[in-house]
Amino acid sequence: MNDILKLGNIEFTSRLFTGTGKFPDKNMIPKIIKSSESQMITVALRRVDMQSVQENILNFIPKETIILPNTSGARDAKEAIMLAKLAREAGCGNFIKIEVINDMKYLLPDNEETIKATKVLAEDGFIVLPYMMPDLISGLKMQDAGAAAVMPLGSPIGSNKGLQTKEMIKILIEDIEIPIIVDAGIGKPSHASEAMELGADAVLVNSAIANAGNPEQMALAFRLAVEAGRIAFKASFAEENSLASASSPLTGFLNG
Amino acid sequence: MVDLKSFDSFGEVLNHYESFDFGDYLKNVSDEDVQKSLKKEKLNQFDFLNLLSKKAQNYLEEMAQISKKHKIRHFGNVIQLYLPIYVSNYCSSDCEYCGFSKKNKIKRKHLSEEELHVEAKAIAQSGIRHILLLTGEAKKIANLDYIKMAVRALKQYFSSISIEIYPLQTDEYRQLKELGVDGLTIYQEVYDREIYKQVHTSGEKTNYDYRLDAPQRGAKANLRALNIGVLFGLGDIYKEAFLSGVHAKFLMDKYKHIEVSLSLPRINNAEGDFKVKHTLDDKSFVQFMLAYRLYMPMCGINISTREKASFRDNLIDIGATKFSAGSKTDVGGYSNIDKSTAQFDISDTRSVEEIVSMIKNKGLQPIFKDWEIIYE
Repeated sequence: MNDILKLGNIEFTSRLFTGTGKFPDKNMIPKIIKSSESQMITVALRRVDMQSVQENILNFIPKETIILPNTSGARDAKEAIMLAKLAREAGCGNFIKIEVINDMKYLLPDNEETIKATKVLAEDGFIVLPYMMPDLISGLKMQDAGAAAVMPLGSPIGSNKGLQTKEMIKILIEDIEIPIIVDAGIGKPSHASEAMELGADAVLVNSAIANAGNPEQMALAFRLAVEAGRIAFKASFAEENSLASASSPLTGFLNG
Repeated sequence: MVDLKSFDSFGEVLNHYESFDFGDYLKNVSDEDVQKSLKKEKLNQFDFLNLLSKKAQNYLEEMAQISKKHKIRHFGNVIQLYLPIYVSNYCSSDCEYCGFSKKNKIKRKHLSEEELHVEAKAIAQSGIRHILLLTGEAKKIANLDYIKMAVRALKQYFSSISIEIYPLQTDEYRQLKELGVDGLTIYQEVYDREIYKQVHTSGEKTNYDYRLDAPQRGAKANLRALNIGVLFGLGDIYKEAFLSGVHAKFLMDKYKHIEVSLSLPRINNAEGDFKVKHTLDDKSFVQFMLAYRLYMPMCGINISTREKASFRDNLIDIGATKFSAGSKTDVGGYSNIDKSTAQFDISDTRSVEEIVSMIKNKGLQPIFKDWEIIYE
């Protein structure tokens, strides 16, 4: 099946993106990429240590995997822009996931600052993926500002609570043209499947894999769930009925 | 219970607790109280007190299990490493418990710019990327210009610079932030005003309120991280643990963009032969650390090399988030350049390499770098 997700100039066959930050051991990163078949992995620029060969997280990521550096730690647009530029200088490519967070309790994104950073970075040639509160108006502004996709949260980062913002995400899917990548809050493969069934274009899963008892097996489970959800979405669902339906109980008489 | 959000400064919160009888409350905490507090998703100030009570010592395993879960959820299976660099041990204050106290006849030293580079290079070779810059309370010798010089030098070797120096004005903190400083560590030492007065006998450090408000001034200057704490041994351990925890919560609630951490330093053999009146034993240390975590799931917990190696290793599993490794508390201690007398004795003398392999053996990832200096 030729089901390609295009972000910037890159075509993806996998719709599961993964993270790097919470693993007990960095050697786990290539294993997770293998079992999840993920083609893009996010890395916090703040964790990239160019001065150390053993500790530089970039050295643990297979060559063919696309790096999605993120601006974790940025408190405003200005800091996000500076971190994005440093990521490019560090050789992380043109993708950037904008994270602007000023709330350390729930780690919720600041849409207003994120829109500003999106505009500046998209004009500067970055392929911009902003992490956002699922809000239609902000999403439209990010789209206008040049975002390549938007990344709404399902629930707060690390909470594993699933798609608590489902209704808002549905609105984004309905009314925004650029791809929707559900990021944060996805705790179980069934949550990922649900997002894909709704019509999300991809999901990003980090904590749910990194903090699992067996991260490799969990990565595999997520891969299968994302594929299942996507295939189901493409296949169009049979309509949901609350009652079993007999054939045409009201208008059957017309058939004589 | 005090509504923290309704106060402008922590001093006002303290006034509110002035008449509260901690001893009486703690003595009456029942098993049921502790169990109830443990079941809650969000703990209030009374729950926090319940977990600090003697009664809660029967529930340490449960507390540890919850603490571990919070820690993994919010921080992952990782631990941040850092090292302190003592750049000057001149001091114009007399603090009875401190090795650097003005009255102590010890070897004083002040790193020159050249020596700073030598010392920083020696630390950076170990792989450490987060540095904590320390001085004594000598505003005239290690003045703001000197601190700025030191920050400019350290920036060439490290990715995150925190300061643990005498308290500054908001604008001074702002100047340091713009230079690249991202974190402020400042311990009130003791929240009890009377004891504070007794142990700080002369010098600028006698100004209790100016020190108390320093973290808030740092927050107003937009620093990224605050690390506060009590020096256990000076005042009643329960009251001090409670007030330091509530201070952290006050800062978190008021300044949502700031990462707040707590330390639990216990008085070590300093040079001045200070007699500890209120001992924090190992069991209470663990209990208090867990109570901090349960009351504030997002707070950082910093464990220094004041603690013994075996004890520290166990704390990694149950909720510590920051760890120093291979620390020296003498000025010039890393490169051995004509070094000064140390501030206090280090208990855990293992090297960075040894600490890293211990962390990995425990199934955790040591984090060397978790910030990038983006200013100036």
